[in-house]
Amino acid sequence: MIEEVLVTLKANPKIDPVLSTWSWEVPVYLFLGGLTAGIMFFAAIMVLTNRQREVPFMTEKLVLWTVILLSIGMGALFLDLSHRWYVYRFYTAFRPTSPMSWGSWILIIIYPVCILQILSTFRQGYPKLARRLERFGVGVLALDLSERFRRPVAWVSVPFALGLGIYTGVLLNTLVARPFWNTGILPILFLVSALSTASALAILGTSDKGERHLFTRIDFGLIAVEILLVFLLVIDLSAGSEVQLASVDLILGGRYTVAFWILFFSVGLLIPFLLEARELLGKSAAAFYMAPLFVLIGGYLLRQVVMNIGLHSSWSNYANQFDPQLLELLH
Amino acid sequence: MTRYAMVIDMRICVGCGDCVTACKTENQMPDGLTRDWVVERTSGVYPNLSTEFRSERCNHCSHATCVYVCPTGASHYWRDTNIVLVDEGMCTGCKACIASCPYDARLIMHPEGYVDKCTFCHHRVEKGLDPACVSTCPTHCMYFGVLDDPASKVSTLLRTRNYKTLLQETGNQPNVYYLT
Ligand code: SF4
Ligand code: SF4
Repeated sequence: MIEEVLVTLKANPKIDPVLSTWSWEVPVYLFLGGLTAGIMFFAAIMVLTNRQREVPFMTEKLVLWTVILLSIGMGALFLDLSHRWYVYRFYTAFRPTSPMSWGSWILIIIYPVCILQILSTFRQGYPKLARRLERFGVGVLALDLSERFRRPVAWVSVPFALGLGIYTGVLLNTLVARPFWNTGILPILFLVSALSTASALAILGTSDKGERHLFTRIDFGLIAVEILLVFLLVIDLSAGSEVQLASVDLILGGRYTVAFWILFFSVGLLIPFLLEARELLGKSAAAFYMAPLFVLIGGYLLRQVVMNIGLHSSWSNYANQFDPQLLELLH
Repeated sequence: MTRYAMVIDMRICVGCGDCVTACKTENQMPDGLTRDWVVERTSGVYPNLSTEFRSERCNHCSHATCVYVCPTGASHYWRDTNIVLVDEGMCTGCKACIASCPYDARLIMHPEGYVDKCTFCHHRVEKGLDPACVSTCPTHCMYFGVLDDPASKVSTLLRTRNYKTLLQETGNQPNVYYLT
C-alpha cells in the first residue's frame, strides 16, 4: 500500500486538486482557429484545381468568414488571459522553444494572407461591398492585384492553413506535463477535424446542390479518417508510459468515458457519419442540415473534452488530496 | 549555469510544516495560496509501515519545461543559475507554464492574475542567506547551496548519503534532493 497525504494545505485555486486553468475560452479558440484553417484550405485548393465556379459559396462567400472567426477566436483567447493587459508581451519577444510564441506570430502573418485571399474573389462573392471598396483608389488596386495573383495567393494560403490547423493540436501536444495530450496523433486529429468542420459549414450555407454534394462526400471521408484517428489515439496512449495509461483510463471507464464516447464520439462523429452515408446513398436528403450541425458541435466538443481530460491527467497524484470544500463546513 | 540545490533529509523531517509558514510570511503570500507544501507518504502493510515526510516546492529544474513553453520570456532563469523566476511585468497569464510543470508547482497570483511560484528566495540568496524555509526548519533537516562546488554542504551530503529526486523520469532534472 502507498498512501500520499498532504499534511499542509495545498489548495491553490485552479491548480489543486486537478488543473482547471482553462475553461471554454481556449477550446473556442482552438475550434474557430481550426474552422478558419479549414475554410482557407478548401477555398485555396478549389481555386488551384480550377473548381471555383463549382463551389462558389466556399471560395467566394465563406472565405470572408476566416478573419471574422479568427478574430472571435482571438477575442476568446484574450478573455482567457489572467493577466490580460500584458497581452502585448506576446509581441515583444519571439521564443523559438515556445509553441505559443510561434502561434501568436503565425496569427499575425495569417491575417494579411486571409485578406488577400478574400480580396481575390471579393468581386464575385460580395459585389455590393466590392463596389463600395472600389470608390477608393487603393481599393481598386488591391482588388485588381489580388485577383490577378489569385493562384499565387492560394498557393501561399495552403501551407498557412495546414500550419494553423495542425498548430491548434500542437499547442496542447507540447505541454509535456499533461500525459493525455502527449500523443502525436492529436495534431493530426485536430487538423482533420478542422477540415471537416469547414466542409460542414459549406454544406450548411450553400444553395448550390453540386457544392453541397461535393462537400458532403469530402466530409464523409474526413469523418471516416477521424474515427480511425480516435482509435489510433487510444491505442497510442495505451502503449505509452504509466502516466499515459492512467490518462487513457479516464476515457476507458473513468470519469470522462461518457463525455468522450457519447458526447464527442457518438454525437460528433458517428451520427453525422451515418446521416451523411444515408444522404450519399440517396436515402434521406431531409437530414442534410442535421449532419453538418452535428459535425460542428462535435468539432467544438472534441476540443473541449480533450482539453478537460488533458488538464485532469497529471504526473503528480496524491492518493489522498486535501478537499478545500471541507473548509466551508467550518464556517 | 550555476546550479543551486536544496537537500532535505527525510530521516529528520517531522512534517511540522514550519517551512510552509516561513515561506508564506517571508513572501507575504495572499490567503489560500502556497508555494510549498508537505506530503506524508506511508507505504507497506500494517504493522510493517514506513512513513516519510517530504517538503515539496518548485524543483528549479535544470531542464525547466515551464521556461521553454513561456511565449513571452516571463518565466526565465535568474542570472545564469537554475533558479526559475516569473517576471510579473512580462507574464500574460496564458497559463501554458502551469500545464507544462509536472510537479504542479505553479500558482496564479491573486488578485493580480500573473503566475507565481517558489523563487528559492533569490532575494535572500543574493545576500548570501538561505531561503526562508531552510533557515526556519526547527529540525535543521534542510540544506541549500551550490551543487557545482564540491566542498559545499549539499554536494557533500549527496556524495555521502543515499538520495532520490521526484519524477526524474520526466527529464526535467529537478534540483530538490531528498535524503533517504
Ligand atoms: S518544478 Fe515546475 S515550475 Fe519549477 S522549474 Fe520545474 S517545471 Fe518549472
Ligand atoms: S502564464 Fe506567464 S509565465 Fe506562464 S507561460 Fe504564460 S506568460 Fe509565461
